[in-house]
Amino acid sequence: MTDTPLSAQGPTAPSFLHRLRDWWSGETANPVKRVQFGHGLTPWLFVLPQLAVVVIFFYWPSAQAVTSSFYIEDPFGFGSTFVGMENYADALGSKEYLSTAWFTAFFCVVVTALALGIGLLLAVKADKVIRGAESYKTLLISVYAIAPPVAGLIGMMFFDMHMGPFTRLFAFFGHELRVGVDYWDTTIALITISVWKQIPYNFIFFLSGLQSVPVSVREAALIDARSGWRRFKDVTLPLLAPTAFFLLIINITYTMFDTFPIIDVIVKDKPANNPMTLVYKVYLDGFKGNDIGGSSAQSVILMVVVAALTVLQFRFLERRVHYG
Amino acid sequence: MQKIKPFDHLILILGTLFLCVPVLMALMSSTHTAVDIHSNGLFITPGSNGYATYEKVLTHRGGFTGDVTGLLMLKNSLIMGFGFAIGKIVLSMMAAYALVYFRFRFATVLFWMIFATLLLPLEVRIMPSYQVMSQLHLLNSYTGLIVPLLASATGTFFFRQFFKSVPDELLEAARIDGAGPWKFFIDVLVPLSKTMMAAIFIIMFIYGWNQYLWPLLMTTDESFYTLMRGIKSILQVWVGSQIPDYNEAFALAVLAMVPPVAVVVIFQRMFIKGLTESDK
Repeated sequence: MTDTPLSAQGPTAPSFLHRLRDWWSGETANPVKRVQFGHGLTPWLFVLPQLAVVVIFFYWPSAQAVTSSFYIEDPFGFGSTFVGMENYADALGSKEYLSTAWFTAFFCVVVTALALGIGLLLAVKADKVIRGAESYKTLLISVYAIAPPVAGLIGMMFFDMHMGPFTRLFAFFGHELRVGVDYWDTTIALITISVWKQIPYNFIFFLSGLQSVPVSVREAALIDARSGWRRFKDVTLPLLAPTAFFLLIINITYTMFDTFPIIDVIVKDKPANNPMTLVYKVYLDGFKGNDIGGSSAQSVILMVVVAALTVLQFRFLERRVHYG
Repeated sequence: MQKIKPFDHLILILGTLFLCVPVLMALMSSTHTAVDIHSNGLFITPGSNGYATYEKVLTHRGGFTGDVTGLLMLKNSLIMGFGFAIGKIVLSMMAAYALVYFRFRFATVLFWMIFATLLLPLEVRIMPSYQVMSQLHLLNSYTGLIVPLLASATGTFFFRQFFKSVPDELLEAARIDGAGPWKFFIDVLVPLSKTMMAAIFIIMFIYGWNQYLWPLLMTTDESFYTLMRGIKSILQVWVGSQIPDYNEAFALAVLAMVPPVAVVVIFQRMFIKGLTESDK
């Protein structure tokens, strides 16, 4: 992971083979602890339960996803045929898949931008006020614990075609909101609910980032920059940048994966003319459409995307620890 | 320090209203009758039908087989939350201990094997995971509900960071006193990690309680339904009904959100510490 050409490695960086040998013997250049317990069976006993779970429930299914992505399964269960990259070609070539991919990207951008923006705004204000600060904090955080399907259910009621307050609000402005029927109306509902659910998370992180800014820095900023906006732009924002980047990745993965229940509650297995994310399509094709090969190929494509995102996050996290 | 404008409070109040009013309305509407909600919309004031609705949801609700009740789903959700949180803490503390405090062959390989799981969430491999579970005959069981979710290194990562911050002198002292690896773990590290364990317990309890997709796939037998799974089935019943049971759906939503919200509000400080320091 660190051996990419992007990272400027020092001249003392050990060769790949050398590192491999160290891996083999369990030596590391800088051990975590000065003193450690020796060899023997004990460490294996400690690590074994986790290892077993990881191998059985992570590596086995992941390997199976990769394998079955190269096969077309007979719909009646009579064996499967090797088809090479055909499932991938089918997925990437289909218009439906591409429009789902575009929607997912659009959804990610909008939800992330709104959730981060509102979360930051509320955190900045909550950091500023003194009176009632604790009450605001508690109220804003409490929504964090609400599960996405519950958020979806409550949201569904608000967008209900008969009695939903939002439907009535839109009707007041002359737009008939038809969530679950109209593509963009459903999109509006999905975005609203997903943003609503994610604001508290961003708020918590931004607030704790803001509160770790030393008082001396704040006071210096107060003297140097009279205008609140300039102070925010030149001092607060750069100091928050690490938090913001971390949250950016988290919010993208949230929108890609954790919104599944919200989509399931709103769209209810009726993909006809409704927007959905790539993960939801994997689920629909696999479980409702019984297209195991196609679903697996889509899984693998997603795995690559997410792995790339996470590697980005880790590289960044390492840096954050240094400066932290 | 800085001048506070009423504008700041206005934004905070608007934000709080946006986040909290839907929850309040769900709570209040659950105490009205379905007909009332159908004709008048959602409520912000309490109604008089609350007892009847909750009584029905908790004890009468039938499902297809007729033996799933709100209480049963509540129990399953609790098993899910506690089982997941406890399993996670036990597994990840042990693994992190081995990785930090021992020098042994393959340690680095194991480290990467375990931490690679952070790369991929369960959602991207649901189909093959389901197949593996059915091959292992773990569908419709608590083991099948809980154990596969433990295959992610979040907790291990967290405890590893924590153990690294424990002073080396403790281990040196313990070794001089003749403590072996087991004794050091049980008598020194576990008591030392109490606060961390509590923080991670809260986060993992909520995570387990809030699971949706996995229970949806793993349980076809209604006696294993969690509250989240119940939400899915109450919505399926709606299709085709004249006046949907809005009040019961809201009551179910309230049941599903009260325990985790209460945990977060009561243990707020600990929860924030755990969340922001573990970096998920």
